[in-house]
Amino acid sequence: MSQPVPAPARPRPGAQPRSSGLSRRGFLAGLGAVGLGATVAACSSGSPSPSGTSRGGVVDLTFWNGFTGGDGPVMQDLVDRFNAEHDGVDVTMTTMEWADFHAKLPAALTSGQGPHIAIQHLDSLPTSAARGLLLPLDDLAADLALTADDFIRPVWDAGIYAGARYGIPLDVHPLGFFCNTAVMAGAGLDPADPPMDRASYEAALDALLANGVAGHWMSPHTFTGGQTLQSLIWQFGGDLLDADGATAAWARDEGVEALSWMVDAVHRGWSARDVGQDADIIALQNGQAAFNWNGIWSINTLDGISGLEWDVRRLPRIGSVDAAWAGSHNFVLTKQKGTTDDQLEAARTFVNWVSQQSAAWAVGGQVPARRSARESAEFQALAPQAAIAEQADDLRFPPSIPGIGDAIGELYTALNEAVLLVKEPREALADAAARADQVLADNRDRYGA
Amino acid sequence: MSAALPTPRRPLRRGAWWTPWAFLAPFALVFGTFVALPAVRGLWMSLHDWDYLMPSKPFVGLGNYADLFDSTSVVFQRFWDGMAATGIFVVASVPFLLTLPLLLAMALNRRFPARTFVRAVVFLPYVLGVAVVGVLFRFVLDPNLGVLNHLLGLTRLDRVLHALGAGDPVPWLTAQPWTWVSLVGVTVWWTLGFNTIIYLAGLQDVPRELYDAAQVDGASPAQRFRHVTLPGLRPVLAFVLTMTFLASANMFGQSDLMTSGGPGTSTRTALMVILDTGLGQYRMGSAAAMGYLLSIGLGLVSIASFWALRERGGGGRRRGARARRRAAGGAS
Repeated sequence: MSQPVPAPARPRPGAQPRSSGLSRRGFLAGLGAVGLGATVAACSSGSPSPSGTSRGGVVDLTFWNGFTGGDGPVMQDLVDRFNAEHDGVDVTMTTMEWADFHAKLPAALTSGQGPHIAIQHLDSLPTSAARGLLLPLDDLAADLALTADDFIRPVWDAGIYAGARYGIPLDVHPLGFFCNTAVMAGAGLDPADPPMDRASYEAALDALLANGVAGHWMSPHTFTGGQTLQSLIWQFGGDLLDADGATAAWARDEGVEALSWMVDAVHRGWSARDVGQDADIIALQNGQAAFNWNGIWSINTLDGISGLEWDVRRLPRIGSVDAAWAGSHNFVLTKQKGTTDDQLEAARTFVNWVSQQSAAWAVGGQVPARRSARESAEFQALAPQAAIAEQADDLRFPPSIPGIGDAIGELYTALNEAVLLVKEPREALADAAARADQVLADNRDRYGA
Repeated sequence: MSAALPTPRRPLRRGAWWTPWAFLAPFALVFGTFVALPAVRGLWMSLHDWDYLMPSKPFVGLGNYADLFDSTSVVFQRFWDGMAATGIFVVASVPFLLTLPLLLAMALNRRFPARTFVRAVVFLPYVLGVAVVGVLFRFVLDPNLGVLNHLLGLTRLDRVLHALGAGDPVPWLTAQPWTWVSLVGVTVWWTLGFNTIIYLAGLQDVPRELYDAAQVDGASPAQRFRHVTLPGLRPVLAFVLTMTFLASANMFGQSDLMTSGGPGTSTRTALMVILDTGLGQYRMGSAAAMGYLLSIGLGLVSIASFWALRERGGGGRRRGARARRRAAGGAS
């Protein structure tokens, strides 16, 4: 139910690239430069001028998001730059926790106090569209010369509800494989060559265990145990829902296998027992664990810790196929009484402008949504973190149907019960699936499948 | 005014019939806007499948209530699990929140150096917000990284807990019954000060001479507590019991922040279920029905507690005591 709450990050807004091409920040800035070049090239023709705004004074816009981590100051920096470059428009950004954001947005919009522009996660987009909060954006997508080929298919498709586009993808935030390289070296593992398949991963965990380190702490909480479990279910060949999105599929053998692997890690001592919220990533920071599967948004958090030796890769393949959980931030324009045509025009200008800065946005710890930005030669040349984007074709996203969060919440309950050893994985998943099936059926009635 | 005084036989001005209403109006306005109207609207909502953004809000009569009693419905298990969790918390926390503050208040009612300072310290945690308390204790109590388990390990006190059946590390936030121990412990630490202050005020209101009289009659300290302090505190006790019961039944933030309702859903309280149903899943009609069921339950228990602690014909005696004290105060 609650949305990504990245561990507190030390923001570095406006961080300038260092001359050393090897530093992490240097990489990100480089990524920024690459993305900027690519997006500007892609969009140079379609940038509308804020002509509608110059008529009478300044057009005020409000922009809500949940960027409470290291990404917030980066977005604020973008907003400030937009305001400086556009005389006729003044955008005010408000940041709140995602959970508050989702609770407040509908009420604020109905009372006319809501934002003109907002960010939605891929999995909340269809719900918001179904509840009539959003404006269709097909014309803006055309202005931006967005094409399906430039985006990961599910991200592109998720923005479409009932035949109209409601979201402009800003970024993709996948799960990555974070390592504490000092701990790895201490256990005799090669920090430059982290284990990438099941056999070597388990061997590494055994080696760590022999050294007294519980190598990979399995979080029983949504963040990031929930994303780890979803990735594993997909890796073992399973899926969250059946093809129609009508019933939960996670209780099938593949899902049981995935969750059992996490629970076995606890039994075998590869993971600590009773892992608290955020304790998995904190253990990695403290040198109490070697591995953690966490969101790309953790890059800034780890980067801010002096003396920490860490690295990040694409997720290793534990199951039979490569797969990694990912979310996506999307720009939306809200449907609200009292919004003037000038404001709409200015909002489109803003979304268009920020969308072209996806490079600068990558500094906040995100991967640009555009394939062209990711696949450029310069990006590929940037060693370690290109790894996270390397799995772009293997990324899997939450199913995009209205009210999906209600059903996935049941999976998180099963995860919590199983990893805390309250229930057997098969039983926990089956119980959760039965509850989710009812929720899905209810939601079909409500939102009209 | 002074000019009017000499005029004889002028009837006392009582004001128009609407005078009391005029004085009540400011409060009635606030109460009506923020309590009465929403309550009535909530009742109306609970009779519909209500999502204020959806174009159709079908009338379902008592369907939302019937679902709460239908064991095959989606909400049945969630709601009653939440009610059970709330019940456990109330039963576990209220006795501590009634007795510990009373003992503390009696200690703080004595004269000793730095008394005011200690009183302030006891009250201090209460001024913290639930967010501060929740996040603070999430880290203090973290089984693997928390300072509490670290200190227990240093002092070897963790062996006592292991002997009691606690796992290693002691799973303060991740396994039962330790999660309830933590939630109750944190809540007691947090809200102890409020009840203590109320008790303290009550104790200071018990006439000194009753204690003196009891002492003259040869009453032991235990008898003085039983026959003077407790009867003197009866109205205060009724207030503290009711307020504590309601506060415990409305527990939300501690669970939400420290355990997220886990392990499993064992600490997901009724309020968390209602919030998630209404604002997470947008089933506001169902959430309103749950809210009404919960408040009816709480109302009944509150009435029962007030009734149990009502003054049984002792009011006259108490008023007499007050009058005597006032007289004594005037004479000295």
